[in-house]
Amino acid sequence: MKKFFMTVLRMITLLAAISIIAFLMMEKAPIDPLTAYVGTNSTISEEAKQEIAEYWGLNEPPLERFFTWAGNTLRGDFGNSIVYKQPVLTVIGERFRYSLALMMTAWLCSGILGFFLGIAAAVYRDSILDKTIKMICLIFQSAPTFWVGLLMLSIFAVNLGWFPIGLAAPMGKLASEVTLGERIHHLILPSITLSILGIGKITLYTRQKLLEILNSEFILYAKARGESIWQIVKRHGIKNIAIPAVTVQFASFSELFGGIALAESVFSYPGIGSALTAAGLGGDVPLLLGIAVFSAVFVFAGNLIANILYGVIDPRIREGNSHE
Amino acid sequence: METEKRPPVLKVEDLSISFEMYGRGMRKQEIEMVHNLSLTIKAGEIVAVAGASGSGKSLLAHAILGILPGNARVEGKMEFCGSTLDADLQRKLRGQEIAFIPQSVEYLDPLMKVGRQVAGIGKKQEKKQRQERMREVFARYHLEESTAEMYPYQLSGGMARRVLISGAMMNPAKLIVADEPTPGLQKELAEETLQNFRELADKGCAVLLITHDIDLALQAADNVAVFYAGSVLEIAPVEDFAGNGENLRHPYSKAFLRALPQNEFQPIEGFQPYAGALPSGCLFAERCRERTEICNGNVEMRSLRGGQVRCRHAK
Repeated sequence: MKKFFMTVLRMITLLAAISIIAFLMMEKAPIDPLTAYVGTNSTISEEAKQEIAEYWGLNEPPLERFFTWAGNTLRGDFGNSIVYKQPVLTVIGERFRYSLALMMTAWLCSGILGFFLGIAAAVYRDSILDKTIKMICLIFQSAPTFWVGLLMLSIFAVNLGWFPIGLAAPMGKLASEVTLGERIHHLILPSITLSILGIGKITLYTRQKLLEILNSEFILYAKARGESIWQIVKRHGIKNIAIPAVTVQFASFSELFGGIALAESVFSYPGIGSALTAAGLGGDVPLLLGIAVFSAVFVFAGNLIANILYGVIDPRIREGNSHE
Repeated sequence: METEKRPPVLKVEDLSISFEMYGRGMRKQEIEMVHNLSLTIKAGEIVAVAGASGSGKSLLAHAILGILPGNARVEGKMEFCGSTLDADLQRKLRGQEIAFIPQSVEYLDPLMKVGRQVAGIGKKQEKKQRQERMREVFARYHLEESTAEMYPYQLSGGMARRVLISGAMMNPAKLIVADEPTPGLQKELAEETLQNFRELADKGCAVLLITHDIDLALQAADNVAVFYAGSVLEIAPVEDFAGNGENLRHPYSKAFLRALPQNEFQPIEGFQPYAGALPSGCLFAERCRERTEICNGNVEMRSLRGGQVRCRHAK
């Protein structure tokens, strides 16, 4: 119980800190919400502008504005997005579904594939297989997401024509008519691009951890008991590397969030990432703040799940918790 | 005598183990940790290999089991019941006819229940039998059945020790290799452990007991091999260690025995040579009072008065 409250407390302080920092940055950023709203070429009169500013409370001091925003946010009102002319929560909710599909596919792909590639590389250490896997991982690690995305687009969408060039569904089709197959078809390229971002890290990490485990004394004993290398990996290896692997994988939620901003822009995929880009370019302060808070919750949830999973995997941690 | 005619369970001849390492300037360097070690163990016999900590004794155990790390190079001959003990045979025998008792609870997987680890691997159909066998073994070593459901970190030192011995008892082994089986145990438990080895030997097992504790070796073993700087200098029946070691063959064994607290408590001058910088001839020569010119030449293991010794002067 104590642990639960501590977690909630941590979450609240984190959100407060994120809100304050995000708000401060917006305040200092060269974005004028008013200009963003009416447009630079607007012919609207100076008095009308003043009226809007007064209505929005832009003339009040920053501290007061922050508390107005925070108060509304606490009541569940994140304000309206300027770019999308919709409530911020609606925009996030709608786009998050697309992003979630994309992120989860990429996350599972990179996680599962990376885990097994890492195991294979460790078991066949210093072989051609190991060296190839390592090299590919290093290339993937260092390749920028947007560049990989563009490469994917030009090869598989433009030249080969296997996949659509962008968006989450065929253009000009009613939302109700879009089939699941079409959605998946649109999802493949962006999720591969996003997977590539994460796969190198998890593979190299799994490889390293398994090598460490394979050098430990209990593996020596297992060998002395007649277990073959694959029996050892199955019986002792996987469970012992699961904890670090799970940590890395859930901690990668933050990178994933960073990754979708780029990947979605390249593929014009209507998720949180492209909304974030649009909000940034359009000076959409309410949406930017909303996404900042929302992404903090998302990343926090990732870390929390990792913490809970430790207990499931490791009896020592489980017992340690029950003593509290 | 019938037993004398049978081949020994384990015969090690001129075993050398070296490691490839990177020395200064990334130069590849080979360091020999065990040199020209010879040893035989017969059925029903306990042979203790006694020597200081960190002198490479465990490597001998690992070499017999074939679980040395990849950068180790093994030379020499090993035979198991008359057939050459190579990597293939080792793979077949370990966990079956050659059982290993490791040093500590560190050798158990921290995330796996003890029972599953003791039961070990085997065919699916035989799982029930293995479970049954494990219960028998646990009962034999006074481990409650609930121990099987525990994780290694939940075991006490004594329990862990008995669990590790149980692991070696799962299959009827002909050779048991025990690496430092008693440190950290209370006196009674240590004695009980030794008693267990005696029983196993009496049933026809050959037991190789690796220890830094000479008292223990003298208490339990039939023959004691004195290990020094990576090799065995003398193999003697345990009776020869009586008194101040007048019946021993090698100067080192004698000095070693004299250095014990219960004897003259007289330290040997100098240090054991390091693995990288060994003398060309006798390993003990630098510290030996009886050293002469011939000690710098090759010194072979030879039989003497019912034991074996690696010294040109021993009589």
